[in-house]
Amino acid sequence: MTTNRQAGGRTALVLALWTVALLSAPRPARAALGDGLPSIQGDQVHMQGSLRTAAMPGYLRHEIQIPTGTVVREFSSPAGSVFGVSWEGPFLPDLHRILGASYDSYVLAARTKRRGRGPLLLHLPDLVFESAGHPRGFHGRAYLPKLLPEGVPAEAVR
Amino acid sequence: MRALVSTVLVLGLAACGGGGGSGSSDSGGSSGGSVVGGSGPNVQPIVVNPGPAQNYANGAFTSVTVCVPGTSECQTIDGVLVDTGSSGLRLLSSLLTVSLPPQHDAAGAPILECNQFQDSYQWGAVVLADLKMSGEQASSVPIQAIGTSAFGAPKGCTQSGLPPQETVDSLGANGVLGVGLFRQDCGPACASSGGQNPGLYYSCPPSGCVAAAVGLNQQVLNPVWLFAADNNGVILQLPSVPAAGAPTVNGSMIFGIGTRSNNGLGSAHVYTVDDVGYFTTVFKGQPYSQSFVDSGSNGIFFLDSATSGLAACRDTADFYCPPAPASLTATNRDASGTSATVDFTIANADALFNTPNFAFSNLGGPNPGSFDWGLPFFFGRNVYTALEQQSTPGGVGPYFAY
Repeated sequence: MTTNRQAGGRTALVLALWTVALLSAPRPARAALGDGLPSIQGDQVHMQGSLRTAAMPGYLRHEIQIPTGTVVREFSSPAGSVFGVSWEGPFLPDLHRILGASYDSYVLAARTKRRGRGPLLLHLPDLVFESAGHPRGFHGRAYLPKLLPEGVPAEAVR
Repeated sequence: MRALVSTVLVLGLAACGGGGGSGSSDSGGSSGGSVVGGSGPNVQPIVVNPGPAQNYANGAFTSVTVCVPGTSECQTIDGVLVDTGSSGLRLLSSLLTVSLPPQHDAAGAPILECNQFQDSYQWGAVVLADLKMSGEQASSVPIQAIGTSAFGAPKGCTQSGLPPQETVDSLGANGVLGVGLFRQDCGPACASSGGQNPGLYYSCPPSGCVAAAVGLNQQVLNPVWLFAADNNGVILQLPSVPAAGAPTVNGSMIFGIGTRSNNGLGSAHVYTVDDVGYFTTVFKGQPYSQSFVDSGSNGIFFLDSATSGLAACRDTADFYCPPAPASLTATNRDASGTSATVDFTIANADALFNTPNFAFSNLGGPNPGSFDWGLPFFFGRNVYTALEQQSTPGGVGPYFAY
């Protein structure tokens, strides 16, 4: 259900989301990955967590500590787009929320029959998704390869 | 040595694998002067074979006997995956012929659970069973009956987006026996209310399922913790397998660590873990602090092609396919400084899957940023999983030892 958006379409979408976020309750239906900075605060409120932002070389890392014990990190470009999310902790975060518009691609790909029993790794042209670990100790991440800022390696999303 | 299909090797292995059920003398593990395993009321046979779906590589399966609590109405279910990476017993409800009573909350509503693994979920009722394995037993153990038609999985469960594994075909097993580090499958968070509660458990009155707080002792419990004795952990003991693999391998699950003459630590080294069950693996000078041991993973899953130097298979990105078997070394270490190297080999997964074998010590695949030491790590070792807060001769759990 995802489409390859043109750059203009994406800007319009981001502006529309900002407007929605400003005018309504701070909970956009979908948020984070692929969206703008207000979606990060929306995630914080939704997950009832605390937010801390760190400046990193070429991007910002926003860390949400969820009361369940899980930490979610969201990575934004200098242009204000969230290009990656990661998590670590005893319970999975709300993936439906933090994957944003990439959620449908992920769900479809995750149903492909696999022979492994271990990490769930999905490598799509528009989305990289990894869910690893074990119950009570999960870690994982998702990022949009096309939104990685100049000079920022995929390894930064962790 | 190349991973070749060899009929002679396979036949020779069948004789070795089937001989004796104990594996204590050919485990290859360093147990010092003490014999681990053998026979006894705390020794439960396990087998690595294709499993109930006839297609599972590196699955260690066992049988469990469940009874309606306080009665002799019992059923033995085989093909249950032995998983040191999770806690709690889960059985496919479609296979249950005995009527195990549901767990209820204080208001009388049944409790259901949305269990999550890293790659799947299972929705099902929490029911109570007397559990027997070998000479061990536990009464009224909360277990999960996977798959229930009474209540559909709520949105809070399905919206993780993970695929359900609630059938023999998708799970590859008749159930999962979690004998891992923790007492409950969720713990204090699921007994809390508000934002601390991850919402795994639901109370399901006729009006519909609502996420609920469930007390520690009502959650799905690690059965080992409930044994009268031998309740501080488990040992998995599997013999070595040769490079081409084996069609079937017999081994043992031994209950208790240092509680009898057959379950001492010997010369095994203890690796303590953090509060989510991780230690650190160092590879080519880089530390990976989200690493762990897990019999429920069916390969050694580590890093990616760039950092491991191993090409992924073209037909499945879940495994590595180096042109020739790669001999590698890593170092595991814990927070206290215990540290030792691990030599391991990763062979071409396509070549392995083209043999008639199902047990492979050299099956591996990617896992960016960490080491998941799955079942291949267990071949030729005694691997100890110590339960949180339980005393053992090696210290208080949680820890892994080998």
